[in-house]
Amino acid sequence: MSHEALLSVRDLRVAFGPVEAVRGLSFDVREREVFALVGESGAGKSLTARALLGMVPRGATTGGGVRLRGSADLAAERGRRITLVPQDALSALSPVHPVGDQLAAAVRSVRGLSRGRARALAVAALDRVGIPDAARRARAYPHEYSGGMRQRAVIAMATVNEPDVVVADEPTTALDEERREQVLRVLAEQREAVGAALVLVTHDLEVVREHADRVLVMYAGRAAELGPVRQVLGRPRAPYTAGLLASLPQDGPRLRRLPALPGSPPAPGALGPGCAFAPRCPLATGPCHDREPEARAVDDRLVACHHADDLSDPLREFA
Amino acid sequence: MNHPPAHHPLLEVRDLVVRYGPVTAVDRLSFTLDAGETLALNGPSGSGKSSTALAVLQLRRPDGGTVRFEGRELTTLTERELRPLRPRMQPVFQDPYGSLNPRHRVRDAVAEPLKVRGAWHRSDGPARVAELLDRVGLDPSYGDRRPHELSGGQCQRAGIARALASEPRLLVLDEPVSALDASVRAGVLNLLSDLQDEFGLGYLFICHDRAVVRHFADRVVELRDGAGAGRVT
Repeated sequence: MSHEALLSVRDLRVAFGPVEAVRGLSFDVREREVFALVGESGAGKSLTARALLGMVPRGATTGGGVRLRGSADLAAERGRRITLVPQDALSALSPVHPVGDQLAAAVRSVRGLSRGRARALAVAALDRVGIPDAARRARAYPHEYSGGMRQRAVIAMATVNEPDVVVADEPTTALDEERREQVLRVLAEQREAVGAALVLVTHDLEVVREHADRVLVMYAGRAAELGPVRQVLGRPRAPYTAGLLASLPQDGPRLRRLPALPGSPPAPGALGPGCAFAPRCPLATGPCHDREPEARAVDDRLVACHHADDLSDPLREFA
Repeated sequence: MNHPPAHHPLLEVRDLVVRYGPVTAVDRLSFTLDAGETLALNGPSGSGKSSTALAVLQLRRPDGGTVRFEGRELTTLTERELRPLRPRMQPVFQDPYGSLNPRHRVRDAVAEPLKVRGAWHRSDGPARVAELLDRVGLDPSYGDRRPHELSGGQCQRAGIARALASEPRLLVLDEPVSALDASVRAGVLNLLSDLQDEFGLGYLFICHDRAVVRHFADRVVELRDGAGAGRVT
């Protein structure tokens, strides 16, 4: 099986004035895989996702490169070969146009199809995500949809043009467990149906564990660890990944106290010369405070930690 | 006549009903909570968790049922009669920034409950505030900051310090860690456990995250459409 890079990101940087929020990130997304970008607030994961779509906020400057099948003009591919499922389904739809019209317009914006044909594709896309009576529902406005149906409609919108990559930015953050599973299931089905890769941005490691093939763990705008989900979450090699996993309530005996990391993630622009995680890391030594580690290959993954070689199981240090 | 039994639960809720117009958010919910115990309300959005919290605190008067706190029936009390009881049952909300006045420094936010109940003395007030901040794991120098100058976890700790300043018996914790980063969440939960052990606080803990509930709660009421569907110990 070949793993040609579909989307390739090299030394991506996003800065607001002198403050760098994404600080040199490199990764590939492969055909048809689910690639998770995971991190806490301020880690730069949403900015990274936006940069993939060529839509960083006004005032931000970007450096480095993102290529989709060799093309560097991501803004031109947006809506066509790379699409977005945003966090807030309500604000993603126009309140003044019927849902079906919005999908049909999305189809016609990238394909030279007749109105009737675009309309038929829109209705089919709504049907595919499980909107009951799709032909009639296509004429309804977003406010006439339930929250769950709106979320499905947004997924239909992101997949109607059969893109190569769907970027989902915290698609389930505001949802309760039941709805979360529903949305992730629909997203997975649609991704399968159109043969797209999915870049799943989330802060939820359980979502990553259940739904992603590979994961990039971000901390303070950089990669802490990158590799297959089962390996990274099963046996983390970066102390940050290990500390994060240890602090989550797990199955097993009830613990009155959970292992906790001290402090909180650093604000962009408030970083010292060393590893960004060093002030919170129980395993940090001299060099960790002086010099930022580069991500390097360790076994089956990339790890950015000076101690990656001598710490084969940092999770043990947190138990 | 016999004397009433000496022991009564810290909180006893019977057949609680909360309605919003035609919608019944909480439908005859009953539970009890003892001092030093954590009772979780778990359920999907819209199942009436937060409505229950507001009704227990009498911040929204229930439409039916009774709420007994330290043996006293609250639903029939006037606002004036409730006032001396309010410090003893304190809320901690989900949004740490939204629960503190953005214009007040942290030390003023923590001092306010002391002043309200006449426990502020110029001689030892500032030291008491510093002690409370220290107790929740904040360096007292953070007292000079305003909420937006704190991280989410620090801000939630400040909110807990403010609640403690009232010397409460009951904390109503409405999704207290849901807005926090994962690496910070465990620290705040551990703090709440320590405070409970130290002061014998009763916690009504509202949380949609089953894994957190399992580790943190002694008992759980599963809510579905406003009624307790079952109880797990």
